[in-house]
Parts: sequence; structure tokens; C-alpha cells
Amino acid sequence: MRTKTVLQNYLFVLPAVLIFSVFYIYPFYKVFTLSLCQWDGIAQFDFAKSFIGFRNFIELFQDKIWWGAMLQAGYITLIALTFQNALALMLALACDRDIKGGNIYRVIFYLPPVLSEVVVGLVWKWIYDGNYGLLNHWLTSIGLSNLVTDWLSNPNTALTCVAVIHCWKGFGWGFIILLAGLQTIPRQLYEAAKVDGASSWQMFKSVTIPLMVPVFILVSILTVLGTMQVFVLILSMTDGGPGYHTEVPVTRILASMVNSSRFGYACSQGVMFGAVLLAVSFVQIKLSKYMKQA
Amino acid sequence: MDKKFCLFFMLSLFIVFLSVSLVNCGPNAQNKEQVKSIKVWHWMSDREDAFLELAEIYEKETGVKINFELYAPSDAYTQKVRAAAQTNTLPDIFGILGEKRDFASFVKSGYVYDLTEDMDRDLGSWKNKLFAKALAVNEFEQANSSGVKPGIYGVPIDVTNIQMLYNKDLLRGAGVDASRPPKTWKELIEINEKLKAKGMQGLVSGWGEIWMIDCFASNYAFNIMGKDKVLDTIRGKVPYTDPDWIRVFDLFREMRDEGMLASGIVTMVNKTAEQLFANNRAAFAFNGSWCVNVYKGMNPDLNYGVMLPPQASDKYPMTIWGGAGSSFMVNKQSKEVQLAVDFLKWITDAPQQIFLSKETQDLPSNKYSLKDIPMVLSQFANAMDNTTHPNVWGVSESPLVIEAFDKGIQSIIIGEKTPQQLGSEIQAIKEREMKKK
Repeated sequence: MRTKTVLQNYLFVLPAVLIFSVFYIYPFYKVFTLSLCQWDGIAQFDFAKSFIGFRNFIELFQDKIWWGAMLQAGYITLIALTFQNALALMLALACDRDIKGGNIYRVIFYLPPVLSEVVVGLVWKWIYDGNYGLLNHWLTSIGLSNLVTDWLSNPNTALTCVAVIHCWKGFGWGFIILLAGLQTIPRQLYEAAKVDGASSWQMFKSVTIPLMVPVFILVSILTVLGTMQVFVLILSMTDGGPGYHTEVPVTRILASMVNSSRFGYACSQGVMFGAVLLAVSFVQIKLSKYMKQA
Repeated sequence: MDKKFCLFFMLSLFIVFLSVSLVNCGPNAQNKEQVKSIKVWHWMSDREDAFLELAEIYEKETGVKINFELYAPSDAYTQKVRAAAQTNTLPDIFGILGEKRDFASFVKSGYVYDLTEDMDRDLGSWKNKLFAKALAVNEFEQANSSGVKPGIYGVPIDVTNIQMLYNKDLLRGAGVDASRPPKTWKELIEINEKLKAKGMQGLVSGWGEIWMIDCFASNYAFNIMGKDKVLDTIRGKVPYTDPDWIRVFDLFREMRDEGMLASGIVTMVNKTAEQLFANNRAAFAFNGSWCVNVYKGMNPDLNYGVMLPPQASDKYPMTIWGGAGSSFMVNKQSKEVQLAVDFLKWITDAPQQIFLSKETQDLPSNKYSLKDIPMVLSQFANAMDNTTHPNVWGVSESPLVIEAFDKGIQSIIIGEKTPQQLGSEIQAIKEREMKKK
């Protein structure tokens, strides 16, 4: 009877295990196996013939363009962590109050994340365009023609322009999560603080921030993971150019796989990128535990 | 309760199994109908309607149904074909996008049928009606570096070449004789001065798509140092720091310093470049013969002509990229190889090629189908003798070197690198890649 129950339990768990194995464990195993091989993605895969050990990883460690792309993704992430999340928090704080038409604002702020990334990229590419662009047109019309430039072809501005659009497109996610977090704070705490004569800043500093720490951590982890993997915007706006100025890890992986037919190397890039993201998330989780305790 | 649930669970599993089995039986049931049909995968969205019309005609003539399946854009198509190759589900006819080494890998893996015998049959009647340069792109010669058995492995359905275009109205507006487009680099620079004085942009091209930079630079490399030296560079016998290569890179520096390049050219996709040229926003464009159809759609009144890129040296002739525009291959593992070959023979016959050319404004691959094509298109056709393509060179450059070459030229255009710096950087990568071999 006991054996039967155990078997029944395994039977019920089996679909989940199967799905997890097929869609997570096997692909990871396959990618890792390929990362140890030299394979063009066309010929029938023969592990014994294509096995090259850790040569792809050794090359990857010496690949300056790859690490440059990682730094550039880091730069976009830094901007997203600061400006994007600050904007999201400000708007969430504003919408948390009983303001007129609050729901309309919520819908408006949540619109950019819903839009297709390719469409957003193409529209903003047109706005930034050096020939027809609206941005240059506006700058000229308000007498700032000295600022007119080829925003996406200028190596000094291209990456920041992409980062700004990424923030514009992404702040809605943070806004929704932060707003949900703000709404879970008991109103009585604010009322009590008010009775004690606390100012708005004191209430924000001593009530809102401590209670929002877990939400801030969640938002920051999602921001880092989401932003490091940015690539659709870049493909539609600059395709990594000019030169390598807007290359990010995912565009490099695509370049290795599609342009150079180096599937093995692309897989080693994928494994390395995954390891970096895992390490960053691990640090964030450790930090969050420390902050909670503090 | 538990027993009932288990019974229900097992019954559900059985129903799912039965349904899947029945679905898999579907194609067998269709096979019983004995309808002869072949499947063609392509990526050419602009040709889909014309293909469907031809398929209808072919079915009426022969009773063979041609199922064209469009998968666009080309990046997605490329991935689909590669995935299908891995799972042995390639259609009867398909195209291979990519470089010659990818094509070679498909052939070596046994996915592509050798068409040499069919091409040579009846004293080469099929082969002889196609442009030789277009056929060469699909051919592997004796002792090729890819190690592929020599032969013809694809059929070009149209041809293309990439040249420069000039806007006659803008040239006239700048006081230039539009009937005499520039033939030398010096003349080009002089005309650019006049254009600049009138506030007009010089050259526009989709150099955000780096293969177009590669193409432009390659034209001038052939012009300045000749084919042999270019190929010797790929073989590793001539360094990229050679003065001739520095001269090639310096042309881009010169264009930048002379203000000849359209604003934002380094991140510009070719579609945007085509819009600018079609809307009279630049006097020159560097584009392929497919542009005739594109410009016609964007601005039917555009008054333009075609010219070879102006020569930077008189040592060697100007050679341009060209050859097969799009090609089809027959799946070696298909059960309908002969039907597929017959269809490809038919589609490259003169009446079908004339139809395709009229519908799509592409150059036909059949050299006896050039009648009744528009003037501009015939100008493109006239330059077919000047064409070459990396796929016919017999040696291929490492993809890492190509990327460094193209991205490096972008860096020259944005003023980040000098031609000498670029030459040294590419050479360092080249040497590293040579060591790997």
C-alpha cells in the first residue's frame, strides 16, 4: 500500500519533472556540451570529431570585444538601475496618493512596456535620425542647433541614446511593482507618524523605505537581469554600431552564431554570460539579506 | 476515489496517445491520393506573388503541384533551413543564405544534390543559357579549399550586381554634366565639392549593414592592387598593412574628410539609404540592381543612372560584386529529386525568366531573357562582365577578420581610427587566425 502511494506520488510529479528536464536541463546540458566543441551548426553534430576542450572559453577570456560588450551592457544597466528606477519610484509615489484620474496615469505609464520592442526601436531611430529626425528638428526650432548631431552614429552619444530608450520602455515594470509594494504598507503607520509630527520626508525615510526594501531588491534584480540581456532595441536601432560602440553580450552571441557560423563559440559565450548573471544575482541576494538584517 | 482518478488519468493518457497517432497518420493518408507535388522554401517576400502565379501555370502544364512556402526575414529563414537540416526535414527545393563555407558545409553533409550532370546534358543546354558568373557562385571547382566534390550545386533564378547610382537632377542642379558621371576618384571628389557648395549630400549607402562596406572596399581593393594580391592577402601572403590596403582604407578617410558621406551612414540600414536617394536627398548611392524595383515604388519619377564606382587607380579595372542574386538548391535526400530538377529547369527558361523580371524588376539569370527590360536594369546587366564575388574566389577570409575589417572601416568613418591603425589591427587578428589553422 505504501509503495503504491509512493509510486502514485512520483507519477504526479513526473509531468513537471519531464517538462523541467526537456525545457531546462537538457538545453543547458546541450549548450554546455556545444560550448566545448567547434561546430558550424550545419554539419551533423559529432561530439568526438568536434570536441576541442576549453579552447572556446580560453579564446573568450581574451576576447576584448566580448568584455567591451559586457561593460556596455553594464553601463546601460547602471543607467536603468538609477534613472529608470528613480523615475518609476517617483511616479509610483505620485500615483499612490489619492489623485484625480490615478487609473489613467497607471495605464499611461504602463504603456511603453506593452509596446513591441522592434517598433519602439524603429520609431526612436527615426526620432534620432540625423537626416529626418524629429529630435534635431526640435532642437533647431528652439535655437539649440549647436546640439544637433547624428545621435546614433556618434560614438559619444549612441550608447546613451539606446540606454535612454531602454529606460523609457522599461520604467513601467518597475512602476507597477513599486506601486503594488507601496500599497501594501499599512496606512495606519503613516497616520501614527503624522500624529507624532513627522514630516513627509521623515515618513518617506523612516516608514516607506524600510518597508519597501524587499520590493527594491526585487526590482533591482529584475532590472539587472532584464537590462543585461537587452538586444532587440539595439538590433533595430544600431545593430551594434557604429564600430562596436553599442554591442552587448547578446548581439555578440548572435554575431558568432549567425554571421560567423561558430555555434560552439556562441554557446561558450552563452554559458559565460549565464555565469556572470548568476554571480550578479547571487551578490544581489546576499546584499538583500544583509540589508534586511540591517 | 483514488482508483477513479487513476482510471481517468490513464484514460486521458490513452486518448492523447491515440490523437497524436492519428495526427501522424495524416500525411500517409494524403500520400494515397498520389498527387505529385514538391515543396519549395524561400525568403523572397517581394517575389511571392510571382512565384505563386508561376506555380499555377506549372501545375496546369505538368500536373505537378508546387508548394511555395515563404519564410521571411532572411535571418529567420537561415535559421529555419539550418534547423531543418539537423532534423532531416528540408523541403525538396530550398535556398542557402550565407557564405561559401556555409554552402560547402551543406554540400559536404549530403543535403544538396549535385546538378552537374543535369546541367551538362544535351551539350550543356541548361548550363549555357544561364549567366556563367551567376552559375559560378553555385559551383565548386577542382581542388577547392572547402574540400567539396567539384560540381554545380545550385541554380540561380536571378542575377544581381552592386554599382553606384547618380541622381541626374541633383548633378544638373550642382552644375555638373549629368551625361558624364565621374569616372575617376578625382572627378568624384570634384563633383562632391560642387554638391557641398549647393548644400547637397554626396554618397548614401546602407553601411550600417556591414557587408555593404565590405563590398565597397573590396571593389577598390581589386582596382588598386588587382585580384591576385587580394587573394594572396586572404591566403596570408600579403599583410593588411601593405600600402595598397592602407590606400583602400584611406579612401574612406578621404570621403569622411571631404564631407562626402551622408549623415549617419555608419548605422544606416539600406532601406533608409534607399529612401534618401529616392527622395533626392543624396546625389550618389551605392546599391544593388534590386534597387530598381525599390526606387520605382518609392519615387517613380526619380531620374537616375547607373555607373561603375569611379576608379581610384588606373592599374587594374574596376571590379564589382555580382553574380547570382538568389539561388535554389535541390535536397539530395528528397524523394522527388527529378521533379525538383525539372521545375528548376522550367523556371530558368526564357518565358518564366522574362515574367519574373517584369514582375520583380530583377535581372534574369537566363541570358536570353534580357529583352524588354527597363533601361536602368539593362545598364546593370551590361556590367555583368565586371563582376566578381567572394564565393567564386576559391579562398575565403576568416569571419573574424571580415568583421574587424568592416567594423574598422566604420571606425575610420567616425574618426576613431586611422587607416594605418586599422591595417595593423586586422593583420594582428589575421595572424591569430592563421595560427589556429
